[in-house]
Amino acid sequence: MGKTIIEKILQAHTKDEVKPDRLIEADIDLAFANDITAPLAIEDFKLMGAKKVFDPEKVALIPDHFTPNKDIKSAEQAKLVKEFAKEYGIKHYFEVGRGGIEHVLLHEEGLTLPGDVIIGADSHSCTYGALGCFATGVGSTDLAAAWALGKLWFKVPRTMKFIYHGKLKRWVGGKDIILFTIGQIGVDGALYRAMEFSGDVIRELPMDDRFTICNMVIEAGGKCGVIEPDEKTIEYLNGRAKRNYRIFKSDPDAEYEKIYEWDLSELEPQVAMPHSPANVKGVSQLRGVKVDQVVIGSCTNGRLRDLAIAAEILKGKKVHPDVRVIIFPGTQRVYKEALKLGYIETFIESGAAVSTPTCGPCLGGHMGVLAKGETCISTTNRNFIGRMGHKDSYVYLASPAVAAASAIAGEIASPEEVMKG
Amino acid sequence: MALLRGKAWVFGDNIDTDLIYHGKYLPLTDPREMAKHAMEYVPGMEDFSKRVSPGDFVVAGRNFGSGSSREHAVLCLKYLGVAGVIAESISRIYYRNAINNGFLVLECPNISKKVKTGDELEVDPESGLIRNLSSGEELFAHPLSGLEREIMEKGGLIEHIRSLMEG
Repeated sequence: MGKTIIEKILQAHTKDEVKPDRLIEADIDLAFANDITAPLAIEDFKLMGAKKVFDPEKVALIPDHFTPNKDIKSAEQAKLVKEFAKEYGIKHYFEVGRGGIEHVLLHEEGLTLPGDVIIGADSHSCTYGALGCFATGVGSTDLAAAWALGKLWFKVPRTMKFIYHGKLKRWVGGKDIILFTIGQIGVDGALYRAMEFSGDVIRELPMDDRFTICNMVIEAGGKCGVIEPDEKTIEYLNGRAKRNYRIFKSDPDAEYEKIYEWDLSELEPQVAMPHSPANVKGVSQLRGVKVDQVVIGSCTNGRLRDLAIAAEILKGKKVHPDVRVIIFPGTQRVYKEALKLGYIETFIESGAAVSTPTCGPCLGGHMGVLAKGETCISTTNRNFIGRMGHKDSYVYLASPAVAAASAIAGEIASPEEVMKG
Repeated sequence: MALLRGKAWVFGDNIDTDLIYHGKYLPLTDPREMAKHAMEYVPGMEDFSKRVSPGDFVVAGRNFGSGSSREHAVLCLKYLGVAGVIAESISRIYYRNAINNGFLVLECPNISKKVKTGDELEVDPESGLIRNLSSGEELFAHPLSGLEREIMEKGGLIEHIRSLMEG
């Protein structure tokens, strides 16, 4: 019986025999945390009696959630992280102004590579699977254990395969594919499972869209998402990869717990309605839903291609008078590129605010919190009750194309419609 | 692990980490402060932290703890004195975080349909046997694995790793 890509990657990192549902202990290639999960991990790490991190090269710290510091408590957390990085010789510490949102930054920096086993103390650490690695979110205590020992125990996940056929329509991309998929299988449809994405649609997708897909596997309960590396992956890594890497592919006779297969040729842009990422409809069914705020950015959709699409739609147009638009480039590099390419000017001309990279608005932290009764269409990943602010506020999840179109229309709108008008 | 006895508080499916502990409270570090906000975003449960008694159980449907990896969502319940969470299924990260913090989590089919808020439960963490003393019904949760039990018995992963490093 053949093995899946995830089973092969795990096998390359452990002496234990890798089989679905077995507990194994695997070596870690990168273990990182942010300003809200690192402080707990640092405390745990010290309580464990550890004197040094297993390998300072394999640790990264990214203050991104409540940064630039939103208040004194947040500032104290960020300070603690910075001091820890200094004390333990951690080079991959990314200060505000030289970094960005962790899950856009680490792959951009070439620190997450095919064949790696990666853990991050943040649930969206599953993003990196788009490069063909095993990447999963853990809590702070697990992370501390990995910092101390350089390894961690895992239950080998069973793999579900998702095959997408056809040719996507204009304005349909990675976000629509993952929202559609979660809508089909539900928020626990892949609980504890690895989600392997494949098919001609995936092969045609740029890397930025692939990151978006893997970013949201956690919203279906998935342990990790993965896409086999191909020439697009290798091109992305050229001049970027900080280490050697190893490419794994699933065997043709690998065992899958379940295989889903869809033709996406007729798929329209997808929107997840409050209060669940699985509450998904086509954009045409949601016409007339008024919005107060539009957010474009985050670890899901804060990459250059996302901003390019938003700029294409907003160019020469004005944001609806009743709407505020906040655009967050994922990293400083994305910001700078967007500036060079004229996207930032387009956004400002259209009446949108452009912010420094932060996770703030996505989790109702700062820089775009919703008031009671407000509705937001957002390119982020969660629309739970109160996620972006008041308990009685409403979040619709969509692609940058739909978000930008809705910013102009003042209500949920399809990009096609707005571009015609 | 000893037998536990406490009252049940029953919640629905998909109780996510924002409902358990909202993102805006993540900068808090004082356990007493954290405990105050447990379950605050669950509609109708705003004052859960005042109503619950130490030793009570949180009972829920499918996919409890979905969402964020924040350990605060485990710690707030633990600091509040909740004895554990028994749900039909528990999100992967929440489950690990709970074990790592020595906080009992059990997966038990149909529990949210078989138990009402206020029912008195007797729970054997070792075997997974749950007795609903109010209805007389017996339910069986999946017992913890060997490693999970080992970590729980030491009080969490910190102690477990500390003993490994000393050993």
